[in-house]
Amino acid sequence: MNYQPVIGLEVHVQLTTKSKIFCGCSTRFGAEPNLHTCPVCLALPGALPVLNRQVAEYAIMAGLATNCSIAHHSIFARKNYFYPDLPKGYQISQFEQPICEKGWLDIDGDWGSKRIGITRIHMEEDAGKLVHGMNGGSGVDLNRAGTPLLEVVSEPDLRSADEAVAYLKKLYQIVTYLGVCDGNMEEGSFRCDANVSVMPMGSSVLGTRAEVKNVNSFKFVKQAIDFEISRQIELIEDGGKVVQETRLFDPNKGVTRSMRGKEEAHDYRYFPDPDLVPLVINSEWVERIEKELPELPEQKRQRFITHYALPEYDADVLTASRLLAAYFEETAAFAHNPKAAANWVMGEVTRALNDSGRDIDHCPVAPKALGELIRLIDNGTISGTIAKKVFDHIWNNGGEPAAIVQQQGLAQVSDTSAIDAVIDQVLAAAPDQVAEYRSGKEKVFGFFVGQVMKAMKGKGNPALVNDLLKRKLS
Amino acid sequence: MSISRNDIDHVARLARLALNDEEKDLFTAQMEAILSYAETLNELNTDGVIPTSHAVPLSNAFRPDTATPSLGIDLALSNAPDRSGSYFQVPPVIE
Repeated sequence: MNYQPVIGLEVHVQLTTKSKIFCGCSTRFGAEPNLHTCPVCLALPGALPVLNRQVAEYAIMAGLATNCSIAHHSIFARKNYFYPDLPKGYQISQFEQPICEKGWLDIDGDWGSKRIGITRIHMEEDAGKLVHGMNGGSGVDLNRAGTPLLEVVSEPDLRSADEAVAYLKKLYQIVTYLGVCDGNMEEGSFRCDANVSVMPMGSSVLGTRAEVKNVNSFKFVKQAIDFEISRQIELIEDGGKVVQETRLFDPNKGVTRSMRGKEEAHDYRYFPDPDLVPLVINSEWVERIEKELPELPEQKRQRFITHYALPEYDADVLTASRLLAAYFEETAAFAHNPKAAANWVMGEVTRALNDSGRDIDHCPVAPKALGELIRLIDNGTISGTIAKKVFDHIWNNGGEPAAIVQQQGLAQVSDTSAIDAVIDQVLAAAPDQVAEYRSGKEKVFGFFVGQVMKAMKGKGNPALVNDLLKRKLS
Repeated sequence: MSISRNDIDHVARLARLALNDEEKDLFTAQMEAILSYAETLNELNTDGVIPTSHAVPLSNAFRPDTATPSLGIDLALSNAPDRSGSYFQVPPVIE
């Protein structure tokens, strides 16, 4: 029998606020354990939480960017459960009246463009961190307790691991463009729980789902979902039944495992948190945020196509991240040649970044230098080949393109008599090849170009070299 | 509204309370009485009344996003029964 996987994702987006969601403690990552704690996030008696206004702003921004309706009235709820990383015995989250609802994102699905529903986006606090096996017990670090999160819940509209990854990448792109999330997946700033079930193809009754918790890379999400789909299909084919449970993904073995014990039928007894007053969001507030929204990936992509006359492919690649897009735009402004700037950013720059394992914000060649380099090619000062050498030189040693060209005598030779002289030498030294060419073997032409360029140390104006060679040989 | 021994068992387990049989009987009866009393409210017609989440007529209490000083590790850990370095030390957590 064929089976249809059904997947819904819950994504936790850590917000880039300076302070925690309900107290003024710093959200800085990597501090000494429990350094960033206070009566509120330690749950000391009598401490009262007060909402960080920026968290609400970021939630509204994320909601608007994912086509959600923004609630006029929104409340916080207590989600009750016991775990040592949760000092209050409940997590402050939202249950009824979340801040955003009923949005969507369009993704490239398995069968073309597809709209994925977003059920809701709500605000909540993160829990602390446990270190197991410490002095025969566990250590508790509450620095992360109270870090602001958005939980973005999708509809079960995804039908494969690839669609799930496409959706996640789209959401990731949006929250990092908005600047509400730093996107650092290794530090857990963007992590996802996947609800996976399978049903017989053509059925409309959903199968029992398992929830795979806390997967923090696109690659692992794909592996975890693919594993879970096969596991469930095999189980059903062998006459077994999928049980509703929480599972953990083991990245080393590529498998998911049941988290026995912790389960005990979720009964969170949500109720409105009396410590936090309701949020009333009027249309002026929403409109003000909407006006201030930065350009989103899709808008930027469209603008790159119309404003810079770039092909769709280039626009896709260059808008993959906000920083890459900004680097391109600055380069294009200095170069006065958007297409050349696009080619360089997608070509040499990306290659060099990959080779050195750097991100675009640590690119040693500034957009200004690259733009000037492109101008030197366009005004005929240097050839593309020489430009690559200059690029590598700046990458390794810094410097200004024009100065480097001058110091190292790299300007290309466009003096026809100088080129002619070299061509004469090359042709005189290769009588056999000249004969071959004249007998119709036009492939040999490349050999002559190569020899001339070699003799001129790559500095011959390529177009002139070609022209003059053709003239001499005809 | 009728409260059973099963309800009491369930709620006690959620609250990590170990109750003996006598206590379970007692609490079953008490919970039943409390909930029956609260049931009186159901006699009111509340059609068209928005559910109340908060009794205080306040909204939008915010703090600005500025980091303020924390307690410091020693003070933060001073109430803890046990510590290991800068961590709260707790019994093993079964995963």
